[in-house]
Amino acid sequence: MESFERDKRYNEYLKSKIPKTKPWPTLFNAFVVGGIICLLGEVIKDLLMLIPNMESSVASVWESVILIVIASILTGFGIYDKIGAFAGAGSIVPITGFSNSITSPALEFKREGMIFGLCANMFKIAGPVIVCGVIASIVAGLIFLIF
Amino acid sequence: MRKIGKQTIVFEHKPGVLSSYSIVGPKEGKGNFAKFFHQILSDDLFGQDSYEKAERKMFLSAVLESLKEAKLQTTDVDVLIGGDLMNQIISSNFMARELQAPFLGVFGACSTMVESLIVGASLIDGNGFKNAVCVTGSHFSTAEKQFRYPLELGTQRPPTSQWTVTGAGATILSNKKCDVKITRATIGKVVDWNVCDVNNMGGAMAPAALETLYTFFEDTKTKPNDYDLILTGDLGKLGSEILRDLMEYRGYKLESNYGDCGQMMFSNDQKVFQGGSGCGCVASILSSYVIKRLKEGSLKKVLVVATGALMSTISSQQGDSIPCIAHLIELEGKNV
Amino acid sequence: MFDVLMYLKVFLIGGFICMLGQVLVITTQMTSARILVTFLIMGVFLEVVGAFEPLKQFAGSGVTVPIMGFGYSLAKGAIEGGKTNGLLGVLTGGLTETAGGIAVAVTMAFLMALLFSSKTKK
Repeated sequence: MESFERDKRYNEYLKSKIPKTKPWPTLFNAFVVGGIICLLGEVIKDLLMLIPNMESSVASVWESVILIVIASILTGFGIYDKIGAFAGAGSIVPITGFSNSITSPALEFKREGMIFGLCANMFKIAGPVIVCGVIASIVAGLIFLIF
Repeated sequence: MRKIGKQTIVFEHKPGVLSSYSIVGPKEGKGNFAKFFHQILSDDLFGQDSYEKAERKMFLSAVLESLKEAKLQTTDVDVLIGGDLMNQIISSNFMARELQAPFLGVFGACSTMVESLIVGASLIDGNGFKNAVCVTGSHFSTAEKQFRYPLELGTQRPPTSQWTVTGAGATILSNKKCDVKITRATIGKVVDWNVCDVNNMGGAMAPAALETLYTFFEDTKTKPNDYDLILTGDLGKLGSEILRDLMEYRGYKLESNYGDCGQMMFSNDQKVFQGGSGCGCVASILSSYVIKRLKEGSLKKVLVVATGALMSTISSQQGDSIPCIAHLIELEGKNV
Repeated sequence: MFDVLMYLKVFLIGGFICMLGQVLVITTQMTSARILVTFLIMGVFLEVVGAFEPLKQFAGSGVTVPIMGFGYSLAKGAIEGGKTNGLLGVLTGGLTETAGGIAVAVTMAFLMALLFSSKTKK
């Protein structure tokens, strides 16, 4: 009981000691980099629309594909993590962050072999995204199917 | 050897430090202790094809070089004591496989260096062992892989985080008369003040350092000012500030003779937030700076308190708080 | 075609969504996987309540490039699949709609891993 009180006091003290970093610079970085990535996507889409008979929905898919490819290549060259250190969520939230979260464990675990290293660990971080996404989409579909 | 007070050992024959060797990575080689390290790697892969293998090679090189300096053969080694941060302490095990010397693997997370010195000194002190090789180290890239995220994942490090040191240190203890001696040690208890934040190791480990340091002062009736240097192992900037506060609260004020390996390892412009951490941090500084200074006599009495966080990724994910430990050794230099 | 006002909207809305992510990082110390999942579910939710289409009309890539857009595609696929193919459509629709993105992400990750290794950080 006595130690419980001490631990509580210590954790409160610890919280007061944690260095306060100014949130504005990191929020600004996230805003700018995130905005630029979205803008890049929009420009890619507009360029794709210049192709004759291109449909908007098809161009949207290509837009995602191209962004994913760019992010994956930047990850391979060791550039994406530097962008991430600067931008934080600015480069995690866009689809490029999803691509980075699949390529980076693949690179990291390739030394443990093709199957149990590279392939098994590829979705170490992005796995939850696919799992939660699929389940949420089925729930969404069921809602519309039933009502 | 005999026990005094609650947890303190007195080494009556004062096991000596015969030689020591430190190897660090390129980033550490640009830090504050650059001129003291024996070897600075230009590439932290160390010519190997994985970081795990590079870590092993650092261990092996540190031991071989310290043996060379002590003019010993591997067959002369009475006992080899080592540990590291990898699961099943693989770096130490594989190093011991190469050396073929009697081997004790120890684990105390970042406190392992001092733990192995305590074990080594105890075996030597009046027990017939002629020498003991103590070695520990860590590698940034292997620790990131095991404890955090892939290196190429774009994330930000939180402001309370520390940077795992790439480095290894080996120290050979001997029953011969040496300039540098190990005189006393305190074996720490596992301390847990219910800190759960794995990004704030300094805050979690400071209470362990407090308990061990306080117990040592009580057991030996000494004061912080009796020492030229009191060095804690990788509490970092925040953790060492907290330790100052806690020690003052318990009635022992730490003055300017107190420093922390993690806090001092890197220079201010190296973007490591709270400083260095990992087995290699205290091991490389102890095997270089501390022993060199003690040998030349500019430091006479030194306390080294190495702290370790004993959680795993699984215990953390299951919501457990972080159990921590701190071990202490007292070192004496020339002509004390 | 190249609409400057649209670009401004894309930049501002896209940036704002990422900034919300950074607010989560600062206040809750969330890590990559949690942030991605949170925004993905948000996209699914917005599609279910019918708010995503208008947002998409307004800000284009500003809402579809953030991972919410991925959630939106999943939900849209499942809902439309349900309308045309019933229960089977609900099950297959989401992944059909997003198959391109997932397939290219996996292929690229595999290729990159064959070509490169993780580099140490300075």
